[in-house]
Amino acid sequence: MYRYIIKRLLLVIPTLVGAAALVFLLMRLIPGDICVVRLGSGGGTFDERAVQACHAQLGLDRPMFLQFVDFVWGFFRGDFGTSMWSGKPVLYEIAARFPISLEIAIMAVVVANLIAIPLGTLSALKQNSPIDLVIRVISIAGLATPSFWLGILFILAILNVSQAAFGSPWMPPIDYVPIWKDPLRNLSMVIFPALTVGYRTSAVTMRMTRSAMLEVLREDYIRTARAKGLVEHIIINRHALKNALLPVVTLIGIEAAFLIGGLVVTEQVFNLNGIGRLFVQSVQNQDYTMTQALVMLVVAAFVLTNTVVDLIYAWLDPRIRYG
Amino acid sequence: MTIAAPDSRAIPAILDDVPEIRRSILRRAWIFCRRQPLGTFGMVIVVIIAIAGLSADWIAPYSPTANDFAAMTEAPSWAHWLGTDQFGRDQLSRIIYGARTALIVGFSCAIIASVAGLVLGVGSAYFGGRLDLYLQGVLDVVMAFPLIIMALAVVAIFGTGVHNVIVAITIPLIPRCARVVRSSALSIREVPYIDAARACGFGHARIILRHMVPNVMAPFLILLTAFVGQAILAEASLSYLGLGVQEPVPAWGLMLQGGAEEYASTAPWIAVFPGLAIALTVFGFSLFGDALRDALDPKLRDR
Repeated sequence: MYRYIIKRLLLVIPTLVGAAALVFLLMRLIPGDICVVRLGSGGGTFDERAVQACHAQLGLDRPMFLQFVDFVWGFFRGDFGTSMWSGKPVLYEIAARFPISLEIAIMAVVVANLIAIPLGTLSALKQNSPIDLVIRVISIAGLATPSFWLGILFILAILNVSQAAFGSPWMPPIDYVPIWKDPLRNLSMVIFPALTVGYRTSAVTMRMTRSAMLEVLREDYIRTARAKGLVEHIIINRHALKNALLPVVTLIGIEAAFLIGGLVVTEQVFNLNGIGRLFVQSVQNQDYTMTQALVMLVVAAFVLTNTVVDLIYAWLDPRIRYG
Repeated sequence: MTIAAPDSRAIPAILDDVPEIRRSILRRAWIFCRRQPLGTFGMVIVVIIAIAGLSADWIAPYSPTANDFAAMTEAPSWAHWLGTDQFGRDQLSRIIYGARTALIVGFSCAIIASVAGLVLGVGSAYFGGRLDLYLQGVLDVVMAFPLIIMALAVVAIFGTGVHNVIVAITIPLIPRCARVVRSSALSIREVPYIDAARACGFGHARIILRHMVPNVMAPFLILLTAFVGQAILAEASLSYLGLGVQEPVPAWGLMLQGGAEEYASTAPWIAVFPGLAIALTVFGFSLFGDALRDALDPKLRDR
């Protein structure tokens, strides 16, 4: 087991260094000179010296390889430089927006599993019945519905319902309050984005639960359990579901990708000042240091999530380690 | 392609006087439709959208870019079936033309990405060794980027617009195809007829094109259909964020940007219909893709 863990953890390093190299190269592919773009963006005039000073400030006058080493070293120390847009440290900007994104992500996972596991199980139990068909359609529709549209529909519904109920339209608050300070306000802000992202994420889990459940239900030990006269709900909950949920764990990695994609657009819809919104803004503002840092952080989070998922799975299912 | 032997009694008699080859295609299509009602439904949606996109110039009642300031944010009526947006543009016409944009982006990304993935995957599996090792390393790195993040990063560099959006969505899709194709190509490489072909003195090109590629067509086609839907969705997301297709090109995601939320309470049709178009199209492709997977890959049937 320890050998497997170490091997798996060591594999993270080349992937992260490769990702860093890719991000680094991509950001150097930008047509034209960043400094010219930056100095010229205000519409003012500038001379050659200003460009050179800017190069020196960003370290662009140094050899490419050293720049890369600096970039990776900075990443490991948590130093991502300063935002080219706001002038504040990148880490400071990110830290301010992190809690809300994290909270939405966690709630979305909860929502997703609350929808997916019961429906997936039901779908498998009633295979090929109208219920199964409806649940499968719900699941495919979840994958097909763009999360920003779902968010807009939520807003439409909130506006109309609140208009009808209170006589004046109500919108969820947009300034973040920690949950321990004002739980109600916090939840009213986070719940709709979480539902939006969660529904989409649930689609994948629902399908996986269904197919894993179908497989498990055909196992001999389920037949044995039935033969010895166990109550059906014990067979389903204790014998089947427990084993069927094993492969569902591996989906957390895929869910993470869905969550990140969902957050990027959903925060925009609900006007929430989170990481996803910061990312979109940094792309719009051509804030390359910020974009670079955010891409790197997201990739690192994604790679680490997948590694942890692999480790958990190996721990849950000993066959993997010898595979 | 592995389709279970058809039940001859079920084939309608009309098919009897059709030439042999066409009959087998028709027969397969018929079997597909009968076994996969959901897939057929998806196919019908896709065909309708495709017809709308192709014949947009003839069927759209108005120009998609013509402003009519006398008819801004008008509710659906006989003159404007799906209402007008905040610039008085006819929503139905914009959705019909938007189908064209969505399909162009969807198919371009899907075809380029899956063909590139096919070449890389089969090549990597066939030649093996160092090439395979390095290539897989590079593809793993690209896979570490979630689709939308990679697409946004590419847009950050090359800028917005239809062509750049196609590039931005294609790049992250390539390794996803290459990986799947490689794994099925690896198992085919070990089959004796590949050794036999080599023993006959055939060149690499011939073995790859005639013996390996046809055998990975099933996963390839399944991925291709899935990619079209994914690409359409990604394009809509980018356009919604203002980082994809730009005005005045009619695109569904773009239609939801700006006006949709601002006029949510007074003109909800601006928000509803373009999103419905995206969801229906992607839904159609997903249903069709799923059915295709069941038909082409019997191992996964009944799941």
